[in-house]
Amino acid sequence: MPTAETNTFAGPNWTRTQDDYHLISGAGERAHAAGLVNASWYKCPVPRPRMKQLMQREDAQAIRDTVLWYALIIAAGAVLVATWGTAWAWLAFFVYATIYTGPADSRWHEAGHGTAFKTRWMNDVLYQMACFQVLRRPSVWKWSHARHHTDTLVTGRDPEVAVTLPTDLLGMFLNLFSIKSGPRELWRVLRNAFGILGEEEKTFVPEMEWPQMVKEARVWVLLYAVLIASAIYFGSWLPLALFGLLPVMGGTWLYTFFGLTQHAGLPENVLDHRKNCRTVYMNPVFRFLYWNMNYHVEHHMFPMVPFHALPQLHETIKADCPPAYDGTLAAYREIIPAVLKQAQDPHYYVVRPVPVTAA
Amino acid sequence: MTNWTEVCALDDIDDEDVMRFDHNNHTYAVYRYNDKVYATDGLCTHEHVHLADGLVMEHVVECPKHNGRFDIRDGRALGAPVCINLKTYPAKVEGGQVLVQLGG
Repeated sequence: MPTAETNTFAGPNWTRTQDDYHLISGAGERAHAAGLVNASWYKCPVPRPRMKQLMQREDAQAIRDTVLWYALIIAAGAVLVATWGTAWAWLAFFVYATIYTGPADSRWHEAGHGTAFKTRWMNDVLYQMACFQVLRRPSVWKWSHARHHTDTLVTGRDPEVAVTLPTDLLGMFLNLFSIKSGPRELWRVLRNAFGILGEEEKTFVPEMEWPQMVKEARVWVLLYAVLIASAIYFGSWLPLALFGLLPVMGGTWLYTFFGLTQHAGLPENVLDHRKNCRTVYMNPVFRFLYWNMNYHVEHHMFPMVPFHALPQLHETIKADCPPAYDGTLAAYREIIPAVLKQAQDPHYYVVRPVPVTAA
Repeated sequence: MTNWTEVCALDDIDDEDVMRFDHNNHTYAVYRYNDKVYATDGLCTHEHVHLADGLVMEHVVECPKHNGRFDIRDGRALGAPVCINLKTYPAKVEGGQVLVQLGG
């Protein structure tokens, strides 16, 4: 079994390219050879009784936050409907799309882990709804995220590397508005609906789940057909502004803004989440929108701890972790120069100060 | 012929909890719930992760790595990202000791 000490991925003659990230014919075989696949990662010591406390599930906080979130969506949607046809509609659309899609990323994520609610069906319902709102195929992204947790930022293995190197700055900018990723994901939905599955996706989604992928895609195609039919029937773009691809394009910027703090600029191919994840202190509004995913070292190290317990987990292990960033801007003061530098030098990364007392 | 193996005292496992038991190069997970004991293979069927580090919620154990869930009573996988059931083993309490009929 590989351990946290195993890391011989990057030889002196390795020239990194974007092709390395492909899950087929990428750098995955190199990762296997280096012992980085399905390896043992460093874990901060937490006594079992404390961990059992932190892992406990509850419904109340997630119900409160979910009701509040959907109330905000409905309110913003009502404003959009009321202002439709006026110049204010652009601003109303931006606000609505941001609220509709931005927090859907963290809801997709937490419900996908099954840790948002104690009640299982509530996780499942929120997962399906948030997936549609953030435009992620439910089964594919469930398994994609499992792989992300197994092989976090392992080149050629992790399908969810946000900033692939050398940095594609134009692509990053376009994807602030889902200009590349949105239509691409919809195209994949359409292909799935016809029973055509991506070869890379087949590497991390088990074959027994493939029929479910097709079924979900067909439901989505039906939903999009209803949306388009509504727009034609009413002779208005409004239905398409409220649901589907357009609000995704308008609101992706928010979850990207949060999401880049997770790993951008940090090293790949290290078996220690303290080195490849950031924990960033965020204000209460951001933490509500992001469901505490700013505690990202903690989440990756102990993914069974629900969002509401991550601050307590942080207090439990922080002495064994690099210091948290004082705020989102503090994180971006590091991320932006690092990502710009990685556009020229893909071997550059930020080194986090792991405590010397730790392994 | 039965081959019941003594694992631990019942009091060594909290209610709604799990402990790891290694025997003959095999890892088992032994659970206590509602004054009954259960035993399954100790590693998640999805990837190499010890279930003894996970969370027991009534009769469900959750894998600590990807939150996959199994029913500890029959080993049934309860949904992605686990698909393959866990192997289970007969378990009982005798004289305050947990006994498990281990695999061959």
